Amino acid sequence: MTTLQRKPVNPVGHLTAEDVEAIGRELDAIRDEVITSRGERDAAYIRRVIKVQRWLELGSRGVLLFSILPPAWLVGTAGLSVAKILENMEIGHNVMHGQWDWMRDPKIHSTTWEWDNASPSEQWKHSHNELHHTYTNVIGRDNDLGYGIMRVDEDQRWHPIHLGQPLWNFVNACFFEYGIAAYDLELGKNLATKKRRKSPQFKAGVKQVLRKIGRQVTKDYVLHPLLSGPSFLHTIAANATANLVRNLWTHSVIMCGHFPKGVETFEKTSIEGETRGEWYLRQMLGSANISGGRLMHIMTGNLSFQIEHHLFPDLPSNRYQEIAPRIQDLFQRYGLSYTSGPMPKQVGSAWAKVFRLALPNRRTALPAVAPEREPVGVA
Amino acid sequence: MAATQALRAGAWRVVELLTTPLVPADYLDVVAPLRNREVLRAKVVAVHPETDRAVTLTLRPGRGWRRHEPGQYLRLGVDVDGVRLWRAYSLTSAPHRPDGLLTVTVTAVDGGAVSRHLLAKARPGMLLGLERPAGDFTLPAQDPGKVLFVTAGSGLTPVMGILRSRSLSDAVLVHSAPTENDVLFRDELRALAREKSIQLVERHTRADGRMQPSDLETAVPDLAERHTWACGPNAMLDELTGHWAGLGKAGQLHVERFRPAVTATGDGGTVTFLRSGKAVESTDGAPLLEAGEAAGVLMPSGCRMGICFSCVLPLREGAVRDLRDGRLTTATEGDNVLVQTCISAAAGPCRLEI
Ligand code: FES
Repeated sequence: MTTLQRKPVNPVGHLTAEDVEAIGRELDAIRDEVITSRGERDAAYIRRVIKVQRWLELGSRGVLLFSILPPAWLVGTAGLSVAKILENMEIGHNVMHGQWDWMRDPKIHSTTWEWDNASPSEQWKHSHNELHHTYTNVIGRDNDLGYGIMRVDEDQRWHPIHLGQPLWNFVNACFFEYGIAAYDLELGKNLATKKRRKSPQFKAGVKQVLRKIGRQVTKDYVLHPLLSGPSFLHTIAANATANLVRNLWTHSVIMCGHFPKGVETFEKTSIEGETRGEWYLRQMLGSANISGGRLMHIMTGNLSFQIEHHLFPDLPSNRYQEIAPRIQDLFQRYGLSYTSGPMPKQVGSAWAKVFRLALPNRRTALPAVAPEREPVGVA
Repeated sequence: MAATQALRAGAWRVVELLTTPLVPADYLDVVAPLRNREVLRAKVVAVHPETDRAVTLTLRPGRGWRRHEPGQYLRLGVDVDGVRLWRAYSLTSAPHRPDGLLTVTVTAVDGGAVSRHLLAKARPGMLLGLERPAGDFTLPAQDPGKVLFVTAGSGLTPVMGILRSRSLSDAVLVHSAPTENDVLFRDELRALAREKSIQLVERHTRADGRMQPSDLETAVPDLAERHTWACGPNAMLDELTGHWAGLGKAGQLHVERFRPAVTATGDGGTVTFLRSGKAVESTDGAPLLEAGEAAGVLMPSGCRMGICFSCVLPLREGAVRDLRDGRLTTATEGDNVLVQTCISAAAGPCRLEI
């Protein structure tokens, strides 16, 4: 992948500035429609998901009290894994986006929600909602592109350290919740200089993360195992497995959102003075969906509708599926490609890129003459 | 004693750690929503229509309810189309009912989302948000002697709460309703009058016109000697307040308003909610409270009419106008001026800390 601005054929080259604004107006209309029709049905949906998640978690933890028995271990671990995934994806991620703030229920609100994850909600909301969703796929601005540890775009400069990136990526996947916490702290940047390390803001952030991790670890690896008495070690193993499953799953879903083939990246300068239409267009081209059934959508927190989510990050997640056909139709009418594929294919594609870009670019791939630059669209 | 207390606190701490990042009550809610002490709720146990436009709800309050005083109101949080809206209703039940239940009577308000929702949808089993009783429309503990109640429409409800709770030696009730059929608790009131617990003056305004202070003088000749409690539409209360002031007895009149007496309008402006990172354009002179709620900000609130101060927030910068008297309050950067959001509207761009 090369930033859109340097591609030999600009995928939005055929759009006039007027087209781009028309796309923006259509999307605004869809958004308004959903907002005015939010209501009881949506509220009932999120309350049901939360209820199911809590029962599932309680039930699984209950079963794990007897985790010394292999069937109990299996059932409990599976249930807890699913509960943790639901909590992070369909509930936590979406509640913290403010998708349910309109209900004015203080228990289901972006300002009060704390999730079952190493990263404190407050920090995650900053790095995710403010940075990633604003600078989506802009090289040098959106740290989600490779999380600052990987090279995921031809235009990112290669360094020998990238040779190890398949390994880093795998380790990051296994410990994803800690990766997120470190990333939200901007650990790389903040540890770099003494001044940054000493800054009170950074120190407070670190303290907050350590406290959160302390509580999370005490819960999963001390208290629940102690409660299960003779099953102590088995429950530790079960909880560790559930956390691992959740980490691998969420990492895969996130990779599917922005790394697979067909997703565009953008240059830093390209977003200066961006109009609303251009912002929408960047979100449309910078994300990829995962195709699948109802269960897949719920387990990914409807991030399987990553395109719809990026266009409208604060619409209730149950609505993405409903508007998807209209968004697809819009892509088609304006000759844009709607990137989507089944999970194994998208995960494969994302990993292929991680491997490919571990090595420096192959020169022959670039055309000898600089491509003509399009004056419109996202440029 | 101290040891058991420490033990309990310790045990509770462990339970809290077991459920982190949630709190134990979040799981309790799944099974027993009324037992949650942190979030007070009520369950509707019976729904009884009073007139075509009014319905009485019998409620079981959750743990953490505090006994009310007759004449006080409670606040109910009702999910209307998925959105939680809070409204105040006067309690019509006596505080020491043996079954521990409460009643409120909801009258349909034109354009009122909550009242109409409750009239159409309230069913036994429905869960509502609840807030502890508040309000000072109450009688002194000792017998107040000669009293007069002047009510209209749903303004009867707090007085009904009082009449059901205690006997008064000499009470007159002057109540107005559009027609005979609209009189709330009609049979009960007439029974009270028959057994001489009260003197009842019913006025049916569609036929007889609105009660003027002069009519009141005729109906209650010893009016000036009576301590008076009045509740009803603002227009009526304003007239009564003027009349009592004219009699030089302003101190003897207690009024309860269901709505703030709005006299001014805001000039509009962008309202920014700093911590929530939200901003709304307020042009219609709506209170900051409503502007924030419409934007999905979790605004604290209570009476929604400038009495309880639960809605107060720091104004960091900007100007707001008090809707009751048009007074302007301004803050410049670095300031921290506390404003009541329920009766203040934007008078230019303003930034609120929430
Ligand atoms: S809500 Fe009671 S004073 Fe504003």
